[in-house]
Amino acid sequence: MLYEKGQRHTVAFTLNGKPVSGEAEPRMLLVDFLRHEIGLTGTHVGCEHGVCGACTIQIDGEPARACLTYALRMEGRELRTVEALAGDDDALSPLQKAFKRNHALQCGFCTPGILMTLDAWLKTNPTPSEQDVREALSGNLCRCTGYAAIVRAVMDFVKERRHA
Amino acid sequence: MKPAAFSYIRAESLGEALDALAQYGEDARIIAGGQSLGPMLNMRLAAPEVLIDIMGLKDLDRIEFTDDGAMAAACVTQARFMGRLELPRAQPLLYEAMPWIGHVQTRSRGTICGSLANADPAAELPLLLATIGGVVIAQSKQGQRGISASDFFNGMFETTLAPDEMLLAVKFDAPKPGSGVAFTEMAERHGDFAIVAVAAVADQDGVTLGLGGIGAKPVVKRFDGLAERDVKAVLVGLANSLDPQSDPKADAAYRRRLSRELGLQTVLKAMERRHAV
Repeated sequence: MLYEKGQRHTVAFTLNGKPVSGEAEPRMLLVDFLRHEIGLTGTHVGCEHGVCGACTIQIDGEPARACLTYALRMEGRELRTVEALAGDDDALSPLQKAFKRNHALQCGFCTPGILMTLDAWLKTNPTPSEQDVREALSGNLCRCTGYAAIVRAVMDFVKERRHA
Repeated sequence: MKPAAFSYIRAESLGEALDALAQYGEDARIIAGGQSLGPMLNMRLAAPEVLIDIMGLKDLDRIEFTDDGAMAAACVTQARFMGRLELPRAQPLLYEAMPWIGHVQTRSRGTICGSLANADPAAELPLLLATIGGVVIAQSKQGQRGISASDFFNGMFETTLAPDEMLLAVKFDAPKPGSGVAFTEMAERHGDFAIVAVAAVADQDGVTLGLGGIGAKPVVKRFDGLAERDVKAVLVGLANSLDPQSDPKADAAYRRRLSRELGLQTVLKAMERRHAV
């Protein structure tokens, strides 16, 4: 089926557990659709060519760049953004709490992408080493260069989860 | 940046994708994972009229390991292929090198065939296919043909696929028994495109060395009967014969030096890893 350029087309998918739909031109980046059409601005726009990781979300459970795909490609998929991490009562998730405890953010611009990368990655990596964490974070840039505190927060989270 | 406007076809069958390719030819691009093409669209280095999305075609999701090689169809993601338990034994060089490709967030969607079709001279997969050897299956409405790895890469971002052809699958040759492999690369950050990438396969008869990031396509050299004491001299000679580009990341002299030093380390490591059969 062909979707004409320059025209808006309907697309529907599941976002943070709820069905959403909206209209997008074929060229509309997923990250722009999330921010401007759906109105969820937690996902940030950085480099727009897949390098910085600020726009990382989860597509069908896997971390992915929202700047390297188009809204129309998401028909029927399951997406999660940083807004899904806190519970319905807006309480921070354990990973977010560990970030807060360890001062793992300065300006916070890169944080949503880092959280969504780690949230997916930590599910399949229960006991990572510090080196593993650094490797997992290689796809996210922090221009405040606050990596030491971010790695500390992850190790803190892992330790806490093991004792829980 | 945002991509230039394009029309979008969500192919529901291979036939639909091939019809569209036949109709639009050079004005169309196939998109699977979009992790190589996406940046080029966003930076407007590519501006096709039509994008043909094949990622919904479940038939193109196959992975096969057989005695003569490993096959990945067009929609197999790098992450899924890397997760296969057969990989370390069946394709030790791919197993060692694939973690160097991009990042966890790009390997989740990026496909093996997509990276090959995009033919970025600094990408790992074109280098790996050229070094390991194998065949790509090109499919058009007219039919199918196999293109050997050594004939597939034509230049910077250029392959020998015809405008109405798409890459249906790739098959990497099985390694010779007893061979040893090694891979390394230099990049500004782990997961970035390589300044120079080096892959080596050492078998009982000699060594195949592949270099990426040098010029427009992977450089692959075969050295039959190479002895360990001669490796250094061979690498010095090879590095001096290379004509790499200078760019803001690295000048030609540095690329030559990387080729020599990383080449030396990698070849020796591959030779050391050979084992009796």
